[in-house]
Amino acid sequence: MWMYEKKLEYPIKIKHPNPKMAKAIITQYGGPDGELAASLRYLSQRFSMVTPQARATLNDIGTEELAHLEMVGTMVRQLTEKASIDQIKAAGMDAYYADHDKAVYPVNAAGVPFTAAYIQSKGDPVTDLTEDMAAEQKARSTYEWLINLADDPDVIEPLKFLREREVVHFQRFGEALVIVQDFLNRKHAWAVKLPCD
Amino acid sequence: MNRDDLLRELTALDFVAVDLNLYLNTHPMDCEAIQEFNRVIHKAGQLRDMYEKAYGPLTANRSSECPWQWFEDPWPWQSCFNFYLPREECR
Repeated sequence: MWMYEKKLEYPIKIKHPNPKMAKAIITQYGGPDGELAASLRYLSQRFSMVTPQARATLNDIGTEELAHLEMVGTMVRQLTEKASIDQIKAAGMDAYYADHDKAVYPVNAAGVPFTAAYIQSKGDPVTDLTEDMAAEQKARSTYEWLINLADDPDVIEPLKFLREREVVHFQRFGEALVIVQDFLNRKHAWAVKLPCD
Repeated sequence: MNRDDLLRELTALDFVAVDLNLYLNTHPMDCEAIQEFNRVIHKAGQLRDMYEKAYGPLTANRSSECPWQWFEDPWPWQSCFNFYLPREECR
């Protein structure tokens, strides 16, 4: 189960509305390399993962991604909440506005709605962890492109925090992969059946 | 400590705990890191108690005064909930 904690993992306090930036950042909410995809991917893959270390890694990184989803949604909301209709039109956000007003809805930067086809849950622990490492790199790149597009430190700082977390997650998934490969090799050598595995 | 300072300090400690949690999942024999994790959790617990006593519950499984306190604004996505971090000027 989960318990909600009424605070952000990293503070977000954006003074100036910028719907154009919101339109780009929303891809990390509902896009292919975004936080919704990340959390669903890891939290789904954990059911079939082997070794306690790799199970915990998927469980806990998947949980942290939910906190990042909240951060990205918060950025989108704060960037659009006080935007005028003229600003929304000038930002090219009028199509989004027609469907969602200033509500937060999972789409990519081009407005395409979220789909589970962005993720995989393959049942092969090596395949899944390799996908996860690639996913972290793709998210890191996306945050870098978003930082390139941003000019407001209120926006850049949380984006930098999120980018750094992708680097840490990539490292942890790499370590989990080594542990899993070692486990799979040992299992074949001695045919040991461990409880719950 | 005022609300912003308390929340800033608690957010920092909770972040260290999250990061150590992930590290320990793949380094379970690092006793020094476990000791640091325990220290951070203990300190964060003290600050969490202080914050909740002054500014209301952070999780819904806390005892409440009447009327019900949990739903009170602000919520974390509202900008008035959050605090500024000291940072370098942009170059």
